[in-house]
Amino acid sequence: MKFGILVNEGPYTHQSSDSAFKFAQAAIAKGHEVTRVFFYHDGVNNATRLTVPPVDDRHVVNRWAELGEKHGVDLVVCIAAAQRRGLLDDNEAKRQGKDANNIHPAFRISGLGQLVEAGIQNDRLVTFGD
Amino acid sequence: MLHIINKSPSERNSVEAALRLATKGSVVLLIEDAVYAATRGNTAAAKIQTAMADLKIYALKPDLETRGMADRVMDGVSLVDYAGFVDLVAEQPNCQSWL
Repeated sequence: MKFGILVNEGPYTHQSSDSAFKFAQAAIAKGHEVTRVFFYHDGVNNATRLTVPPVDDRHVVNRWAELGEKHGVDLVVCIAAAQRRGLLDDNEAKRQGKDANNIHPAFRISGLGQLVEAGIQNDRLVTFGD
Repeated sequence: MLHIINKSPSERNSVEAALRLATKGSVVLLIEDAVYAATRGNTAAAKIQTAMADLKIYALKPDLETRGMADRVMDGVSLVDYAGFVDLVAEQPNCQSWL
C-alpha cells in the first residue's frame, strides 16, 4: 500500500514529528511504500540543516533525511510556510536576496499542490500535528 | 473509518468530539497524550466506556509506556505498537486525525 504523510508540527515540540517518523519507519518495515512526507505549518522546521541537538538526543532532521535518501521518500516543505519562518534553500535565498540558506539538501521546497497530489496518488494520507 | 486522536481529554475536546461524531463500527486510535483517555478513572473514562458499544478503541502501547500508564489501561481497550498502527490505517478505508 502507498502512504503519504502530513507533518504539521515542528521537531522537539510535542511528539508529532516523532510519531510521524515512527509510523513511516513501521510502514516501510511492513513492506508498504511511503511516497511523500509533506511538511506544513511549523512542520517546516523539521527541514533545517542547522539543527544541533545534544549528542545523546535523536537528530530529528537527519533522521528524516536518512529515511528519505534510503527509501526514496519525497520530503517536501511548503514554500509559503517555510518562507514565513525563515527557512530557505539556496535558490530561494538568492531570489530573496538573503545571505544564507538553511534547508537540508534531502528536502525540497514546493507548494500545496504536492500535498493534494499526495492525497490523490496514495492509498492513505495520514496527518500528524498539534 | 479510523479516527486518530493525539491530545489528552484534559487539554482538548478532541476525544469527546471524535467519540460523539464517529459512526457505529468505526475505529478509534489514541496516541501521544490521548492515551490518558484509555486509563482507568480518567475524566473521559465514562465516555470511552459508553463508546465501546459502537466503536473499537485502541491505544498506542509505546506512548502508554512512555507515560508510565501501561498498567492502568481500561478493560476493552486494545493495545497496538507502531506496526499495529500501520495495520489499522491500512485496514480501514480512510483515516481522520483529530488535531
